[in-house]
Amino acid sequence: MELILFYIAAAVALFATVFALTRSNAAHALIYLIVSLLAVAVIFFLLGAPFAAALEILVYAGAIMVLFVFVIMMLNLGEEGQERERQRMHPAVWVVPALLSTILLVEMVVLLTKFDGPQTGALITAKQVGMSLYGPYVLAVEIASMLLLAGLVGAYHVGRRFRSNDSDEQSIAKPTPESREVNN
Amino acid sequence: MEGLIIPLNHVLIVAALLFATGLAGLMFRRNVIFILMSLEVMLNSAGLAFVAAGAAWAQADGQVIFMLILAVAAAEVSVGLGLVLQVQKRFKTLDMDHAQKLNG
Amino acid sequence: MLQNIWLIPLLPFVSSVLLILTAGRLPRRLIAIMGAGSVGLSALIVLAVGMQFMELQTPYSLTLWVWMQVGNFAPGFSFYIDQLTVVMLSVITGVGFLIHLYSTEFMQDDSDYSRYFAYMNMFVAAMLILVMADNLLLLYLGWEGVGVCSYLLVGFWYKDPVNGAASRKAFVVTRVGDTAMALGLFLLFTELGTLQIQPMLEAANSRWVTGDTIPAIAALLLLGGAVGKSAQLPLHTWLPDAMAGPTPVSALIHAATMVTAGVYLIARTHGLFLLAPDVLMLVALVGLFTLLLAAFTALNQTDIKRILAYSTISQIGYMFLALGVGAWSAGIFHLMTHAFFKALLFLGAGAVVHCLHHEQNIFKMGGLRSKLPIVFWSFLIGSAALAALPFTSGFFSKDQILLSAFELHGTTGISLWIGPWLWAGGLVGAILTAIYSFRLVFIVFYGEAKTEPDRQPGWRMAAPLSLLCILSLIGGYFVLPLASVFPTVAQHQVSHLVEGISISIPLIGVLIAWLVYYKHSLPVEGFTESSLGKALRNFWYSGWAMDKLYDTIIVKPYTGTANAMRGEWLDRIYHGIVSLCQGSHALLSRTQGGKMRWYATSMVFGLIILVTLLGWVS
Repeated sequence: MELILFYIAAAVALFATVFALTRSNAAHALIYLIVSLLAVAVIFFLLGAPFAAALEILVYAGAIMVLFVFVIMMLNLGEEGQERERQRMHPAVWVVPALLSTILLVEMVVLLTKFDGPQTGALITAKQVGMSLYGPYVLAVEIASMLLLAGLVGAYHVGRRFRSNDSDEQSIAKPTPESREVNN
Repeated sequence: MEGLIIPLNHVLIVAALLFATGLAGLMFRRNVIFILMSLEVMLNSAGLAFVAAGAAWAQADGQVIFMLILAVAAAEVSVGLGLVLQVQKRFKTLDMDHAQKLNG
Repeated sequence: MLQNIWLIPLLPFVSSVLLILTAGRLPRRLIAIMGAGSVGLSALIVLAVGMQFMELQTPYSLTLWVWMQVGNFAPGFSFYIDQLTVVMLSVITGVGFLIHLYSTEFMQDDSDYSRYFAYMNMFVAAMLILVMADNLLLLYLGWEGVGVCSYLLVGFWYKDPVNGAASRKAFVVTRVGDTAMALGLFLLFTELGTLQIQPMLEAANSRWVTGDTIPAIAALLLLGGAVGKSAQLPLHTWLPDAMAGPTPVSALIHAATMVTAGVYLIARTHGLFLLAPDVLMLVALVGLFTLLLAAFTALNQTDIKRILAYSTISQIGYMFLALGVGAWSAGIFHLMTHAFFKALLFLGAGAVVHCLHHEQNIFKMGGLRSKLPIVFWSFLIGSAALAALPFTSGFFSKDQILLSAFELHGTTGISLWIGPWLWAGGLVGAILTAIYSFRLVFIVFYGEAKTEPDRQPGWRMAAPLSLLCILSLIGGYFVLPLASVFPTVAQHQVSHLVEGISISIPLIGVLIAWLVYYKHSLPVEGFTESSLGKALRNFWYSGWAMDKLYDTIIVKPYTGTANAMRGEWLDRIYHGIVSLCQGSHALLSRTQGGKMRWYATSMVFGLIILVTLLGWVS
């Protein structure tokens, strides 16, 4: 019974992703992407990783997607942009990429099915993750925090306004990585 | 509550599918926002593979790595979206085929 | 004082290095003080050294350090001072200082003021090392040093390609002679084991007897170097072109000092030449032919500086003639007086050119006698000395040379009877000299004015001119103390008839020039306008077509061969490698088109290959 839940979630994730990446409207694509992320969160939950599932929803589907929404709002792409996007969906454009990724997929699937691997089923609680995170992985946590700091500074630097020549444009909100509190 | 008993292969194949989709999107989209979305999908699929492996071996390491991937994704997307705004401002387009300053 | 002689070349050298290092950032006044002052100080030291030396009378040598030591070959950085050196030092620093002083005004408007003085000082330093060297290697250092400075100064206005070509020609042609000289040095060292001039000459004397082959070859090779540097036949073609440089450069380098280095070299190694009488005879013949050829050419030139250049070649021919007949002191005497009056003439010509908007064609000048009186008088005195009119300095030196030639009493071969012929040839040269020098005077300073001077020479140009005028007049009364350096030549009393002819010849020449170029009363047009006359004029105008000859027999075959070798098959391999690299580069650079999607796609290609390999292995 629950096994079927997994396959349904997997199918939802897959189709939502495909839809997300083929839309011409960025906002619609974003909604599909959120659906895909939620589906993946369901898979995490089913796999016995509730903490990861919660973080997936909070950080991915929440914080990161909100950043996308902000940026799309600011860019104000409009109908014209959509029309352009639609024209770009020409078969000549996507045949080669699709072929390449199909080849890669087939290879991966062949490799994966070759091995009769183990089965999932262990429940790993947030406590275990926390013990591990601040035990053997404490250095990785520090590195991650440094990476996030670098992301913060980089985003501030890249997102700042340009010199005088376009000072009349609206000031650009810098994307703040709320996700910084994830690890700390 | 115990985790679901499914072959690890199946979860990994789902991850591979997601990854391939993201990869295709990366290659054929020209809009830089969609390129960033594709990257997110690919990172997410990698996270899925890790969590599944952690569940298979009953180790917390998988989720720890997932969290590190999350941190990477957050940092990447914050810088990336800042760049998107700059690209729009500088080239008046989001089409990466028109932003060819990298031309060697 | 004598132990301080190292200061003499050091002062100009230091000044030159400072000028090069500051690269024109100094104020002009300071540059002028450094450039002229350093040479002036050297001149003062030379004066003091000369005074002291007159009392001492014995050669003095000073070793500063051992230059290099290879086995038993250890040339020192050492100086050797004897009377000959003192004479040369006086000429170089004295005339050099006057020319530097003159240059401070002449070059006033030039933007490369500092570079000019840096080169000039470097030249003086190299020239001083040349004459002070006590071994042939150090002499060679100075020899090449003056060559480089000459190259730099001839091409001083390098923005005009013609000047660059002239400086290249000067450098390459003298290089031919220098190569011969280097070979001569090798030969002398392998034979005698030393390059110290005095021990070497002694060793040569004790080892060989007169007429041996090896000293003849060595002397011939040294003569090659001297011929190149002193612009004698057959390597004289560079000097007229070297007039492309600033006029004071021509005065200093191409009239007074550097071109006489060959004369100095032969005089310095005269012991070796005495062992090879045939080569010595050749020196005399080279001198004679050069002086005649150059005199005929000078007669037909229209450029004031080229006339003087050919006249320089001709006068150095006289010096070679003197050396060849064994009249060593007469040769050096003429070197000195020539330095005075030719520097005077060049500086005068420079003043004319300077005041006439850089006009060099004498037929566009005229009537300058009243407009530039100082220049006129210096030119008149200079020409008188050049033409060897009685009681000028040139008269005494040239008279000595001609009489020595007349008296030549060799013991073998042609030297038994050739003396009077050399004398006669010298007389022909003398009459031509008188004609072309006064042709210059009459055309430039008499007649009607064709170009108006736009300025008058200032005191820094007038003072050197006046001093050189005095030197040109009284230089003949100097008695050079060269008796102890050279073997004495027995003085014979020649008949008054010969003396009389020697004196009257220049006067006849002046008379002809006066009749032809001032009174226009001699009907020479009838001859010069005939076809034979025209052909002769063109032939002489081109310097006996020597340039054309060399171009045909040397330059053209050489460049032709070089062009033919260019398509050599071995090169194709390297060209193939080059085009392969270029092709690959073009191919690879096309992949770097700046298209992000293409980058991503190619990465995926790589990923597929990697995964395929991974699957294969596992």
